[in-house]
Amino acid sequence: MIDQDFTDSLLDKFVSSSFRHHEDCLTLDCNPSSIKDLLTHLRDEETFDLLVDLTAIDHGTNTENRFSVVIHLYSRIHRDYLRIHSPCSDNDSPEFPSLSELFPAANWHEREAFDMFGITFTDHPNLKRILMWDSYPHFPLRKDFPLAGIETPLPADDVAEVTQANVDPAPMMGGPFVSSGDGMMSESEPRAKDESWTEQAEKPK
Amino acid sequence: MSTKTVELNIGDVGAKGADASTKVDSEKMALNVGPSHPTTHGVLRLMMDLDGDLITRCEPVLGYLHRGDEKIAENMTYNQFVPYTDRLDYLSPLANNVAYAIAVEKVAGIDLPERCEAIRVLVCEMARVSSHLLGMGVFGMDAGAWTPFMYTFTEREKLYTLFEELTGARFTTSYTRIGGVARDIPDGWLDRVTHFCDNLPKAIDEVEKLLTRNRIFIDRTEGIGEVSKEDAIAFGFTGPNLRASGVDLDLRKDKPYSGYEKYDFDVPIGTRGDCYDRYLVRIEEVRQSLRIIKQVIANFPDGLWYAEDARKIFAPPKDKILSSMEELIQNFMIVTEGPQIPEGEVYFEAENPKGALGFYLVSKGGGVPYRLKIRAPSFCNLSILEHMVPGHMLSDITVILGSLDFVMGECDR
Repeated sequence: MIDQDFTDSLLDKFVSSSFRHHEDCLTLDCNPSSIKDLLTHLRDEETFDLLVDLTAIDHGTNTENRFSVVIHLYSRIHRDYLRIHSPCSDNDSPEFPSLSELFPAANWHEREAFDMFGITFTDHPNLKRILMWDSYPHFPLRKDFPLAGIETPLPADDVAEVTQANVDPAPMMGGPFVSSGDGMMSESEPRAKDESWTEQAEKPK
Repeated sequence: MSTKTVELNIGDVGAKGADASTKVDSEKMALNVGPSHPTTHGVLRLMMDLDGDLITRCEPVLGYLHRGDEKIAENMTYNQFVPYTDRLDYLSPLANNVAYAIAVEKVAGIDLPERCEAIRVLVCEMARVSSHLLGMGVFGMDAGAWTPFMYTFTEREKLYTLFEELTGARFTTSYTRIGGVARDIPDGWLDRVTHFCDNLPKAIDEVEKLLTRNRIFIDRTEGIGEVSKEDAIAFGFTGPNLRASGVDLDLRKDKPYSGYEKYDFDVPIGTRGDCYDRYLVRIEEVRQSLRIIKQVIANFPDGLWYAEDARKIFAPPKDKILSSMEELIQNFMIVTEGPQIPEGEVYFEAENPKGALGFYLVSKGGGVPYRLKIRAPSFCNLSILEHMVPGHMLSDITVILGSLDFVMGECDR
């Protein structure tokens, strides 16, 4: 079982890591430089061999470490999860070592994190977008990306040439989105948080 | 119109065939399947290289059903996101609702009354039966057997009638609320569920008679799409697919939630991890789900169908809203600001029909999640295709995809 011995021995081996208390599962902070060693150790020695999830968080544009990668492992012996937080080095072009070699399951999760947050996973065998189309220029899950979307060219050039169409931002009026909570009541009705136009302000051309 | 007869110089074909030294060059070609193709059960696209009939490379292309659910979740209140969970694995919306609700309840620190948990287990298992009935029927169709689909679809239809009675909707149910369920079960509904459960095994037996020992079906599925235990773990398989490869992992047993520890059921495990095993595991899971449903109904607890604490999260009683100041304010807050959930992060996985559906929720307080990651089992289960499919024949693709039983709504989110 996961007990004091387990956490102590892990901290002895990986000095740079630290534990946080969490109600649902053990949470570990780890440096990206030692993440591969840590995961190899957890997989081979501590039976955490199932990488169930790998994702990223954008902590906001003004934070010191803007992006961090979050990994969830599961052990069939301990019957418990382990969460690992690890910050990405650079805020402008974040990088993180790829774990696809250790866990093939990480391959697609990393592609998704790259697609949504623009984190480059170094040494990834096939790092390209997975949910958005290949030529898409933005990273949608970043906090500075508006919910409505940004106008971008159609992925198919031939169709775009004939139809003159773009990928337009979504109309947000009346959507089931959150209220700003301040100002006049008529203006703080539930609606998109970051809508780019309202009844008063016209849709930007 | 004149016709001309040309004699082709093909020589003695039999002699050529018998002479093994004559090498027949098979043609190499690239084949694109999908995104809209009956085999792909949705909008999955496969780009394959073929050598004759043999697949040498297979690259899945996803994203055709991407709706940005995670981005949407960051921009709406916790309650408003419930209907979006219906549209993840749209073959088992009830189970998705429950998984999402439990994840938020863990952050909010809400304990549920027994009756609410029992209702949730009941609907989760009914969702599993409905999802597997479709999965098995469609799998039979993929392998060339049309009839079993008729049996399973008829039964699934009966389930949908029960869902409609309970939730008001057949397909997108949105039944759970954070801290409870939308409404209590209707009068006499449990009897009708019991009646359904008594009759379902007959239909399953019919399907089994048609498929399980069917020579053609076995020829098409046995030894096809084999996934070893090690591969299944490495590629993050979960659910019936993982268990078919011989890994004993069922979150209902290993990490019980919503009171699953109270019920007695077996977890079927496969041996080879091929398409046939995945079919057998699903058939048995349906029978085990029926066992759970019967136990839930036999010991159905009395009490509330929502937690008392949850009044501040989903709507207070309607008559109180209109007559009492406190409830009116609460209702106004819930609608405008969303339910106030404390700071924290939680990862919760539920054993859904397709595998472990996980919600990783980061809350910074307030009515809106800071980040909600949806760990979709279909997404993880599909990632093995690149590794598994090469070496199979083109005709095996339909069977392999059918046996993996994925849903693109959940995969692309």
